[in-house]
Amino acid sequence: MLSRTANELFWMARRIERAENTARLLDVTYRTSLLPYQVLEPGLEWAEPWSVPLISTGLATAYYKRHPELSAENVLRYMILDAGNPSSIYCCLRGARESARSVRGAITSEMYEDLNTAWIEMREYDYERVQAVGMSVFLDWVKMRSHLFRGVTFGTMLRDEAYHFIRLGTHIERADNTARILDTKYHMLLPSAADVGGAVDYYQWASLLQSLSGFESYRKIYSDVISPLRVTELLVLREDMPRSLHCCINFINETLSLLCNEDSRELKRLADEMYVRLHQGRTEDIIRYGLHEYLMDFLARVSALGDEINRRFLVPSN
Amino acid sequence: MTPGPDAPDPYDEMSAAGGGVREHYRPFGDWLERTAADRIAQKREEAERAFHRVGITFAVYGEQTGTERLIPFDLVPRIIPANEWCVLEAGVKQRVHALNLFLRDIYHDQKILNAGVIPAERVLGNSEYRREMMGMDVPGDIYAHIAGIDLVRAGYGDYFVLEDNLCVPSGVSYMLENRKMMMRLFPELFATRSIRPVQHYPDMLLENLRAVAPHGMESPMVALLSPGAYNSAYFEHAFLAQQMGVELVEGQDLFVQNDCVYMRTTRGPQRLHVIYRRVDDDFLDPHAFRADSVVGVPGLFRAYRAGNVTLANAIGTGVADDKSIYPFVPHIIRYYLAEDPILNTVQTYLLYRPQDRDYALAHLDELVIKEVHGAGGYGMLIGPASTLKERDDFRARILAAPENYIAQPTLALSTCPTFVASGLAPRHIDLRPYVLSGRDTDLVPGGLTRVALGEGSLIVNSSQGGGTKDTWVLADPSGTSHA
Repeated sequence: MLSRTANELFWMARRIERAENTARLLDVTYRTSLLPYQVLEPGLEWAEPWSVPLISTGLATAYYKRHPELSAENVLRYMILDAGNPSSIYCCLRGARESARSVRGAITSEMYEDLNTAWIEMREYDYERVQAVGMSVFLDWVKMRSHLFRGVTFGTMLRDEAYHFIRLGTHIERADNTARILDTKYHMLLPSAADVGGAVDYYQWASLLQSLSGFESYRKIYSDVISPLRVTELLVLREDMPRSLHCCINFINETLSLLCNEDSRELKRLADEMYVRLHQGRTEDIIRYGLHEYLMDFLARVSALGDEINRRFLVPSN
Repeated sequence: MTPGPDAPDPYDEMSAAGGGVREHYRPFGDWLERTAADRIAQKREEAERAFHRVGITFAVYGEQTGTERLIPFDLVPRIIPANEWCVLEAGVKQRVHALNLFLRDIYHDQKILNAGVIPAERVLGNSEYRREMMGMDVPGDIYAHIAGIDLVRAGYGDYFVLEDNLCVPSGVSYMLENRKMMMRLFPELFATRSIRPVQHYPDMLLENLRAVAPHGMESPMVALLSPGAYNSAYFEHAFLAQQMGVELVEGQDLFVQNDCVYMRTTRGPQRLHVIYRRVDDDFLDPHAFRADSVVGVPGLFRAYRAGNVTLANAIGTGVADDKSIYPFVPHIIRYYLAEDPILNTVQTYLLYRPQDRDYALAHLDELVIKEVHGAGGYGMLIGPASTLKERDDFRARILAAPENYIAQPTLALSTCPTFVASGLAPRHIDLRPYVLSGRDTDLVPGGLTRVALGEGSLIVNSSQGGGTKDTWVLADPSGTSHA
């Protein structure tokens, strides 16, 4: 397969996944912003719930260049509709559709039509229309478009190299995004230290679970109250939880086994290392090490893996 | 039919001069009469939605980057009876065959020039003539692997060749998608099984491309080279590559090493043998042609000359579809094939000839003036529809560079009923069949029918608001030879 084609497919999948996870991130922010909440020290802007999506995606600096003020509306405009923010839902859907268009021959016509429809519908949205249909309804629409795309891909596409690069893109992006969404809890301030384990803490963990479609699974598996330790176990270490880090790395590892050859040993080694760390990891150790620190380390490893995939397959020098 | 004495109304494809429906349109006419107007309106909307969703669009230059438009699709098909198609088919095959022989000759012995059949300076001094191709053999001696021959029906119903397109003719994807759309919207129309299929075009194209691989090799690697997603015909490039199951490549995906062409793939370099290129000569190779080309492949021409890769179409075919060569095509056919041309050619005045020029300048209000290298319906003067200022403007341009212009009588192109805002109305149409050469010279029964949507307009080009129709070639009622 052409390297350029593989590159477009990989990024097509990443962009759709990113659109979905941005919707999830905004969803959890929206939910927590509805909780009774007080800013202890006015002026500490990063303590505002609406700063959380900016911090965890690394977009805070770019945001403040565009909007000096932090407000729910500005953050939503920036993350959903801003054509100048390459990670906005608008740009992700446009980019995914552009990628699909440039490699139409490598995907099925149903997949192209699906992305084309998503883009045509996205173009109809401005901030007023998002408000009119309701934030949750809009975010659900984004998630549903991503589900549809995955379903169409799964249901129509030949299991060839193109399919594997799409799958690789999806799970690299998801591994990154789940880690970032999980890390938002670190940035959500509690009214006081005494509130750890209190009602606000509980609701923050619960919204986080919900935004990663983990609430129902949590209830099913643990049949118990929500505890940080278990949420960590569920979203980091459980391999039967489709958005967990472990599950993503399993998919990545399997896919790389199909794509790698003797020239790509370093790539396979990086992936294997991540697999072992998750497979052998223990929740207690992660908490002791610090969940935030653990997630930062994980993100650095995902990024290194992405760089190696790039070098090896997507943008090779002759 | 009893045409008027001087200027007959344009020939209508569906209705005879008395108002009755022509024989070969009768089943369709009956269906149209039976079918409720709101069902047709609903189907028209359905077609538009489907074309948008599928993304059958073309990019428009000069508008905001990435702007894509639909080419309007009309539901009334253009129907060609079996006996007419027999003549057209034989006529375009004969023409393309002769043009390939002509191209081979002018890049080798130049017998036709030495024999004085065509003035040598018309060919050798032509900007589309590629000296670099002299003496080079191409597989099967085929230069124009894909040829689009534009035909019109004029006057009392005779077909004429309007022009030949031998470089990178486009539009065949619309022929295929229009058929698919009609079958989806109105399956009942196809139930009589009298409409000949065209959907095997991609297979036929692939077969012909494989047949011209270097050194007659058995399993060549074929790819379609596109300038990229912002090219106006990108949809077609992607569509054809997908239909043939070949890679769709851009210049950046290829490189040349030791005079061989390779693709950059996830499994390392992969050798390429046949390139169906949809990039113009000038942009193919920045080392050989325009140095500023960013869509080409450095070194491609060397690999081509070394015989390690086949380009379809060959480099340098533009000289044979030039409008100043067009009036010589009948001579070309007689010279190489010793046959009479089957299809009519439009009388053409070459304005570098003083007597032709004088005539043309005296009759600007009756003639069509075309630029020799013009395309897409641009750079034309349609005399009867022109203003005095436009005519004066063209007069000055002709006098400044007469060799750049030809003149032809204004043809009354045939019309076909077409849905417009006020209902069904006659609109002018043309026809472009696509002739493939490689193994042999052949074509699918059909082509692209373009329609000028403006009332009285003669310009069918999609870049200027033209639309398209499905083209039905009817099976021989005796039901013998045709699949």
